[in-house]
Formats: sequence, C-alpha cells, structure tokens
Amino acid sequence: MKIAIPLLLAVYYALHQDFWNWTAARPLAFGFLPAGLLYHGLYTVGCAALMALLVRCLWPADLEAWAERKPEE
Amino acid sequence: MGGKETGGVTPVIFVLAYLAIVLYIGIFAFRRSRSQAEDYFLAGRSLGPWVFVLSLFGTHMTAFAILGSSGHAFNFGIVTFGLMASSSAFVVPLCLLFIGTRLWAAGKKFGHITPVQIFRDRWECGHIGTVIFVLQAALLLPYIVIGVMGGGTALSVISGGLIPFWAGGLLVAAVVMSYVFFGGMRGTAWVNAFQTVLFLTFGLIAVFVIGNGMGGFASIAERMLADPKTSHLLTREKFSLLAFLSYTFNPLSAIAFPHIAIFCLTAKKMTQFKRTVMLYPLCILLIWLPCVCLGVFANQATEIPALAAKIDLKLATGRPVVADDVMLQLLSHFAPEWLAGLLGAGIMAAVMASDSQILALSTMFTEDVFAYYGARERFGQKTQVAFGRIFIVLVTAVAYFIAMNAKASIFDLAVQFSFAGFSAMMPLYVGALFWRGSTKWGALAATVWVAVCTVSLFFTPRGFTILGFAPVVPMTLGSVVLLWFVSLLTPKPSANTVNRYFSV
Repeated sequence: MKIAIPLLLAVYYALHQDFWNWTAARPLAFGFLPAGLLYHGLYTVGCAALMALLVRCLWPADLEAWAERKPEE
Repeated sequence: MGGKETGGVTPVIFVLAYLAIVLYIGIFAFRRSRSQAEDYFLAGRSLGPWVFVLSLFGTHMTAFAILGSSGHAFNFGIVTFGLMASSSAFVVPLCLLFIGTRLWAAGKKFGHITPVQIFRDRWECGHIGTVIFVLQAALLLPYIVIGVMGGGTALSVISGGLIPFWAGGLLVAAVVMSYVFFGGMRGTAWVNAFQTVLFLTFGLIAVFVIGNGMGGFASIAERMLADPKTSHLLTREKFSLLAFLSYTFNPLSAIAFPHIAIFCLTAKKMTQFKRTVMLYPLCILLIWLPCVCLGVFANQATEIPALAAKIDLKLATGRPVVADDVMLQLLSHFAPEWLAGLLGAGIMAAVMASDSQILALSTMFTEDVFAYYGARERFGQKTQVAFGRIFIVLVTAVAYFIAMNAKASIFDLAVQFSFAGFSAMMPLYVGALFWRGSTKWGALAATVWVAVCTVSLFFTPRGFTILGFAPVVPMTLGSVVLLWFVSLLTPKPSANTVNRYFSV
C-alpha cells in the first residue's frame, strides 16, 4: 500500500498531461464535445472514484481521536 | 436561431428578490449567534455535514469559476477546463484529505481559529506570524475585488445596462457586507450552501436553454471546426504543454487560501471531510463544463452585438479581450426574461462567494493582530467582534474602490496574484503540519520569497514565463527549497511544542 498509492497518484497526475489529444478535436462526443474536453470531463469523474478509494484506504482515523483528547501538559 | 434584446426589468426583479433572500438568511443566522469570537468567526465549530460540503464548495467557487472561466474559454478555447477544472478536481480534494483534516485537528485540539495562530504556536514565533498575516491579506484582496467586479458585471448585463457597473458592484458589495457583518461564519456558511444548490441547479438549465437558443451545440461545433479562425478553440494546439503543466500548481492554493483553511476549522466532526473529498470533483465538473462549453461556443453568437464586437476585436488584434460578461450576454439574449432572472440569480450566487474571503480577512485581523497584541484582554470579546465588523466594512470599501478601477480580467487577476501567491504559500502548511524539522526562519524565508515574487509579477507583462513555465512553478518550488534549506540551518522549536503536534 505504501508504494501502490503514491504510484497511483503519480500515474493519475501524469494522465492529466494528455498530449495525445492536443491537436485533435474529433471525434465530437454527443456531436459537440471535442475529444480533449471529453477526456478531461472523464478524468474529473475518475478523480471522484480515486478520492473514494483514498478515503477508504488512507482515512486518518486516529487524527480525530487525537484532536478530541485534551492537550497534554 | 432565437434571441431578443439583451437584459430587462424582469430579470432584475428576480435578482433583487434573490439578494433579499440572501440577506434574510444572514440575518436569521445572526439571531442564533452569540457575541463570542469562536461563534462569530467559526460558527462555534458546529457546521453539519451537508452545510459543510455545500458551503466549502461554494466558498471556493467564485466569480472566477463562472464568469472568469467562460471569459477565458471565449479567448482560449477548451484548454480552460484542463487548466483549472480537471487539475483542481485532482489536487484540491487531495489537499483537503491530507492537509485540511490536519488543520481541523490542530484547530480543534489547541483552539486555534486562524492558520497564523497554528503557525505561531507550532513554530514558537510572534512577529513572523504577523508577516505571514500581512502577505495573506495582500494576496486575498484581489480575490475579493473580482467578486465585486463580477457583481457589477452581472447586474449591469442582466439589467441591459439599466443598472450601471458601479451601482451593481456597490449593491452586491453592500449585500455581501451586510450578511457577513450580521451573520458571521454561520450566516456566511448557510448563504454559501444555499448559493451552491442554486448555481449547481441553474447552471445545467442555462446550458440547455442557451444551447437550444443558439440552434444546437452540434451545428455550432461543426461551424467552428470548418472555420480556421475558430477551429483551434476546440483543440489546445496554441497552448504550450509546459504552461499546461504549470497550471496544475495553481490548485495548491486552495488549502492555503485563508478562507478555505479557516473553513476547515468549522466542521463539527472530521468525518465531514469524507463526503466533501469524494464529491468535490463532481461538483467541479457540474460547474466548469457548462461554463467552458458556453464560453467557447459564444464565438458563434455573432447576433449579439456585444459579443460580435468582442469577436471582431479579438480577430483584428490577435489578442485576448476582456470577456467576463460572455455567459451573461448569452443568458440575457437566449433565455426568456423570467428564466434569465432565475439563472442570473444562480450566477450571482457564485459571484457573491467573496463573502467568506471578507470574513476570513476580518477573522485574521481580529485574531492575528487585535487579539495577539493584547487588545482582546484589554477590551474583551464583544469589542473584538465589533472590531471584526468594522474591518469588514473597511475591506469591502477598499475592494469596491479597486474593482471600479481595475483594468485586468477576472481570470487574470485571480491567476496572476491570488493563485500563484497562495500556491507558493502552501509549503508552509505542509512544513508546519507534517515536518518536525521545519522552523520559523524557514517559514519567514519562504514568506519573503513569495512576497518579492508577487511584487515582481506586478511589473511583468501578461503571459510571462520562465523556461516555458508559468511563474507559479518557480514561486512554489522556490518556497519549498527555502523552507527546507533555511530550516535545516536554524534552531528548531522546543521538543515539547514539536511533540504536542506530532503525538498522533
């Protein structure tokens, strides 16, 4: 998990740089959405899935308990 | 294609009714709040899950997201979405998950209300915290200014010029100031939640109505592709890959924005961040995709005189034009008056997100300066809240004055000053919350670096790059290096303080 999550984040960040769509407008999704815009729309939906995974795997449960405890002297 | 004269009285009535509702919500919240600083500035750290999600998103989405994005897309095409929206959908939730939760925990455990209070406590510093406050305040002001500009532009276009830009800006500034003044964080949060629901709902309706009015987006896209003057707007061929990469640094600013950082402290429970982190990308998609589409396709709306003039000017000079009103022009022209009023109110909802920034500045002033230098002990909490309210009036007045004289577009103002500066401030948060070895001198070095860079940016021409990268990249990396290097060379805070923060 320690390697998998950072690797996943790095790959996902790299996928944002979609140079292969740079000069292409077609195919137009739904007749009007250029390829680059469709790609980034789907990328954004993918972000939501990625965040759900991260919340499930990396939620800092101990942090809330720490915060609720009174500060140590 | 349909269409009518731009603007009218009916939309103005809807927008004014909307402003009245917003005022009522703020005043209703005021009735519930007490004159305690934590209650006024942080809603008593008691915001529930849905108000927290909707309000945090509404706080982040401003005139920049609605008017600035469509204006930028009008000039540069679909690249706008990748530059700001999809990069934010990736970076902002990550910041909330890793840094926002830490901020909440530190605030909850040690009773802090502002980021500077955390920095002062964590690094055992006093005046360095004041330096950070001054820079944060200076960087936040342009963001408040674009809210006033957005309000002026929106009301002016919706009313078809009946309400001039100066009066629209004044009205919006006065309404925002009033409910922040009376309602504090509770009022601001409830208004933001209401506004988020409004602009998420009406944004989609706006796309459908305008698309139909323009004769369908499919035919517009085909016409744009057939014309060499507009086909590049449906690709990113005129934008450099390095500049595109640079923009992924801008969303780092989200968590360093004082209004977002302070908002993170208002959650009742840390688990409220879960829903926010997961829904954030989808909310961004719902707001930005319609705005970018409409901004791009506005290049075919030559039947609207104001847009035709912009298109001609753009083609004649080969340079981008100020186009913050593109979305509003489309709306006023293609939607029936009653619907234009409803949709206009939805747009006003996003434009008026400057409320939380004004409140944040007031909170920072009263906590980081007024209270820190002993005035709270001398005069009490009621006077502190009263000073906070006076500060709200002053900030709004200054922002209004600047907005009336600003020459740049909303997008440029935000990107060049606020986003770049706050992105470069983000390493301070990481250093304070995650690195035991960070020191106040490292923080000071990074802060001075950001200040010098921001002042320098003021004198550089638009589109200035360094080795192809936008200024935000060297600013942020420089900030990281300085924080790290100077911290290595300077004495650490006491072990007791460090252990308090890292005893999780």
